[in-house]
Amino acid sequence: MQNRQVILEVKDLQTSFFTDDGVIPSVDYVDFHVKEGEILGIVGESGCGKSVTSLSIMGLVPSPPGKITNGQILFKGKDLTKFSEKEMRGVRGNDVAMIFQEPMTSLNPLFTIGNQLIEAITLHKKDWSKKQAKARAIEMLKLVGLPRAEELMRDYPHQLSGGMRQRVMIAMALVCDPKVLIADEPTTALDVTIQAQILKLMRDLNERLNTAVILITHDLGVVAETCERVVVMYAGKVVEEGSVETIFNNPQHPYTKGLIASVPDMRFKKQRLYSIPGNVPKPGTIKEGCRFAARCESVFGRCTLESPPLYEISEGHKTRCFLYDEKEVGVHDKTAATS
Amino acid sequence: MTKPLLQVEGLKKYFPTHSGLLGKQSGYVKAVDDVSFYVNEGETLGIVGESGCGKSTTGRMLMRLLEPTEGKVTFDGKELTNISNSEMRKARREIQMVFQDPYASLNPRHTVEKILMEPLIVHNIGDAKSRKKKVYDFLEIVGLSSYHAKRYPHQFSGGQRQRIGIARALMTNPKLIIADEPVSALDVSIQAQVLNLMQDLQKELKLTYIFIAHDLGVVRHISDRVGVMYLGKMAELATSESLYAEPLHPYTKALLSAVPVPDPEFKREQIILEGDIPSPSNPPTGCTFHTRCPFKMDVCTTVVPKLEEVKTGHFVACHLYKEAVQH
Repeated sequence: MQNRQVILEVKDLQTSFFTDDGVIPSVDYVDFHVKEGEILGIVGESGCGKSVTSLSIMGLVPSPPGKITNGQILFKGKDLTKFSEKEMRGVRGNDVAMIFQEPMTSLNPLFTIGNQLIEAITLHKKDWSKKQAKARAIEMLKLVGLPRAEELMRDYPHQLSGGMRQRVMIAMALVCDPKVLIADEPTTALDVTIQAQILKLMRDLNERLNTAVILITHDLGVVAETCERVVVMYAGKVVEEGSVETIFNNPQHPYTKGLIASVPDMRFKKQRLYSIPGNVPKPGTIKEGCRFAARCESVFGRCTLESPPLYEISEGHKTRCFLYDEKEVGVHDKTAATS
Repeated sequence: MTKPLLQVEGLKKYFPTHSGLLGKQSGYVKAVDDVSFYVNEGETLGIVGESGCGKSTTGRMLMRLLEPTEGKVTFDGKELTNISNSEMRKARREIQMVFQDPYASLNPRHTVEKILMEPLIVHNIGDAKSRKKKVYDFLEIVGLSSYHAKRYPHQFSGGQRQRIGIARALMTNPKLIIADEPVSALDVSIQAQVLNLMQDLQKELKLTYIFIAHDLGVVRHISDRVGVMYLGKMAELATSESLYAEPLHPYTKALLSAVPVPDPEFKREQIILEGDIPSPSNPPTGCTFHTRCPFKMDVCTTVVPKLEEVKTGHFVACHLYKEAVQH
């Protein structure tokens, strides 16, 4: 478990959108990595750039207006940002696969489940016979826990419930044994009891197939239950990174602290919820300083002037906050004393 | 002592379904099927359940935005289900609603001032000058400023729009607010702001809330009592402490154990339910939950369990607790 190789590495990624209002960097110098067989959570609120990050990895950023303007995405050492569209098609599905929030819009309503699964297989495995592909499709449907797989092959997407459709999407994504599965809010559209089924399935498959998973979500509960490591994003930047235990028990960035404190916990009743003042900034509106400065309780002079780098405060635990700059320790003590 | 402000008895909503070339009626979707509860003055009743359980339909029927098929709704001693539409319009002054989608529930062509003034005009409250003052007052109360009055909905963020939605509901000084998923479209940090605002307003203006939501954490936070619905029926109804500490209905147990908890060290036995929620157009016989219930008995497939009090203030509709029923 310890010596797992890094399989996907995102370095200084910047993805910008060229709009009438100017160039808006939706993802702004983002760094993170995923190891073999690991479940990494990317968590953040709307507009933090978590979905654009995943689309960038897949080479699916709508262009125009979007474009990767800086950085590298290294899959097993190869830079995906340099790949042509044709080369990317070989990567998608084979090496890196993705599932989305709304399974109904990801499936073609006019074709049967079997049809769509077989298409996905034959696109990648050109030398397979139709029969082989069909057997593989049925095998995958069984793997994701769908009953009566043979009959299901003849069903159309609308005949399935939301949870079943998401299972079909997972089956389709895993059909060519990808090394990395990106799941963008895979359970957000589902009911709680169905969400529990899908999360359990994803954990089981991760264990059995050793597929690395990047789970993108806004739900801190889902992160706590599923992920090993967590990347917290805010306004296009990674603000904190660490193991799931560190992030929840010892969060250091004021945003992470605030976010965790604002979630109502079902296990006990708080008199009052903590709430982060202000609103999530629109992408591209904050040009200078720390993007969280306007909503931060520990803000001080430097925050509005300079953009903080990621400080490594212990092994594997990084935070983007000037409070952890050794030069500013005096300031840190002062804010701690007054709060 | 607190007295029930709202009493609901045997509320039902059957939507007819049609099929075939001539659209002959072929059956019913039993969206809400025999639901009874009450809400005390000044309290918050939470109603939770998954999609299709009938929680929103129930909320709409209380205001008669949907006509109930059967049943009685009594508000403040007055029966709402047998009065004329024009009388009902007057009664709505006292019962207001906050909706889920703050993008869809505000008219994009009206300024905030016009949106907030409308309920006052409809109910003929005050004159132009006092109405304007009230609009400005309520903008401040919900945490916005009077200069926001001239702006249009698209100029606000989701959280601010929901504040406008709440201000609009408060304009007529209602006693009861029915909030249908008021925070589900909002980000976590904004959700906490809106929940805190709703709690403050409740204290300040002595409001009674019916809070409809699917998020069990949010419901626990805001509610005094909670009702759990499944396929058009009330499965369990209890104080929130009692319900979350000691859920009785197998569905409530499974539902609570399925909610992800934001604590990686929290370990528990998770009950993962098999299968999907059955279609309300063809609900299972007997107890509607028997198809997914791990404790199914023979009686469950034939007899519909009644919602009965098994501990003081704790009601459950399940055959497992027959002996414990208090008479």
